[in-house]
Amino acid sequence: MNKVIDKKSFWFFLAPISLTFIIVVIIPFIIGMYYSLTDWSAIPGATTRFIGFENYREIFADAQFRTSFVKTLIYAFYAVMLINIVGFSLALLVTRKLKTSNLLRTAFFMPNLIGGLILGYIWQFVFLEILPYVSELLNTGILGARWLSDPDMALWSMAIVSTWQMGGYIMIIYIAALNSIPKELIEAASLDGAGALQKIRHITFPMVAPAFTVSLFLTLSTSFKMFDVNIALTGGGPARLTELLALGIYNKAFTQANFGEGQAQAAIFFGVIAITTLTQVYFSKRKEVEM
Amino acid sequence: MRKIRFKKWGFEIFGVLLALLYLSPFYIILTNSLKSKRNVLVDTLGWPEEIMMENYFMAWDRMNFMQTFFNSLIITIVSVLVITVFSSMAAWVLVRTKNKTSSVIFYTFVGAMLIPFQAVMLPLVSMMGPNNLNLINTRYGIIFLYLGFGASLSIFLYHGFIKNIPTSLEEAAIIDGCSTWQVFYHIIFPLLKPITVTVAILNSIWIWNDFLLPSLVLQEKSVRTIPLQMQFFFGAFSKDWHLAMAALALSIIPIIIFYIFAQKHIIAGVTAGSGK
Repeated sequence: MNKVIDKKSFWFFLAPISLTFIIVVIIPFIIGMYYSLTDWSAIPGATTRFIGFENYREIFADAQFRTSFVKTLIYAFYAVMLINIVGFSLALLVTRKLKTSNLLRTAFFMPNLIGGLILGYIWQFVFLEILPYVSELLNTGILGARWLSDPDMALWSMAIVSTWQMGGYIMIIYIAALNSIPKELIEAASLDGAGALQKIRHITFPMVAPAFTVSLFLTLSTSFKMFDVNIALTGGGPARLTELLALGIYNKAFTQANFGEGQAQAAIFFGVIAITTLTQVYFSKRKEVEM
Repeated sequence: MRKIRFKKWGFEIFGVLLALLYLSPFYIILTNSLKSKRNVLVDTLGWPEEIMMENYFMAWDRMNFMQTFFNSLIITIVSVLVITVFSSMAAWVLVRTKNKTSSVIFYTFVGAMLIPFQAVMLPLVSMMGPNNLNLINTRYGIIFLYLGFGASLSIFLYHGFIKNIPTSLEEAAIIDGCSTWQVFYHIIFPLLKPITVTVAILNSIWIWNDFLLPSLVLQEKSVRTIPLQMQFFFGAFSKDWHLAMAALALSIIPIIIFYIFAQKHIIAGVTAGSGK
């Protein structure tokens, strides 16, 4: 212990948030892990029996859970790809030192402040009314796609909404990285006769790699956890074919009143998120060093 | 030279057009929120043929907007206040105390960032219930929950910032007879202002827009927040797009106004927070 903070004040400063954190996060997490091994019904007064891995067996036999799992992976792939491409392209545009750069940055970031639920409702209108209308007006088939009624299109639609929401945020991360590239480096490369593509490949990409790690980490974990846009835009439909994992847990518990299985799904959900994010950070960090 | 200038103007115009397309959903909400039901269906893209302010009165009324807005505001402000104060306090002693206990506590907070809300949701809701903590349908109950869920990221951000502040100032202050609390309150906390802005903004955006947690613990009409009330409204009027658009516009307008005034701080704050 040092002379500024003695033992007593260490605990005094730490106590308020730590106790809250233990009650709100740690205890429910531990109880939840245990409940996933029981027939917990959440009905007051009902007894809860320990049933081992029965819930997990039920879940893996459940076709709906497998569908949710696969759909979540597909959605995450679409969304991570789209958000990062859009975010990086916007960053490249905004860092071109245009007169309108600040204005553009402000505009592209704006949707990020709006919550997923409200965005889902806004885009429901866009997909159901606006795009078919425009498509008829222009006489093109592409915009008139079955945006929400075709299950695979609906996953793309959700990815588009998430891109509209997160593209600006990811853009900010890439802008910071692009601005940190020393000008001398690019000038020296130009003097040595490097073309535009070579400069992007050998200077921009390696210098932006750490930002890429951060963005990948962020978009991957938010995509796996996607809930608000899912419930507002498709509600899991058509025929529960766009019900992603987070919404699946919600429905299992609150619609089907099966808390034990819902909790077991949540435990698997936690495992998937923890493993993918940790792996992703590990590999990206290693790659950065190599470059 | 001329070619370069032409190219530059090309990007300029392309950027503006792209921004207009990017923001076009806002135009769509605004124009359709002022149309009649028939007008929305017949002419979705055009300007309203007659301005229907009634849509807004109706949405305002049915969303109980004054009360709902006040709920969102008070929950967000108080939560952010307690999060910044308590997490900066905790982060400071965690940085300055170098022993095993301190680092175990810090890494517990950081590690918990991997826990998705769904993994604690069900036990938490049952803990909050009437025969337990009894915090359902109260504003302070949800503020308590936000303090718990906001702890990890906020402590992590403060921790990274405090590491780079030299200790000499606080040591001198102690020698001059300041108490530990005075050192924190008068010396440390003011120094943390840049990161406090970041922590406050990130938590505000999250709490203001959060839907799932309020939907589980705030069911009574008098305590509902904007996203929650929006869900009830949309459920009732999803076929009446003119009313739904007015309600959506009402929900978004406060955020846009806030953004116009604070956009510099918001973007700077997000930039500082994202690098971590």
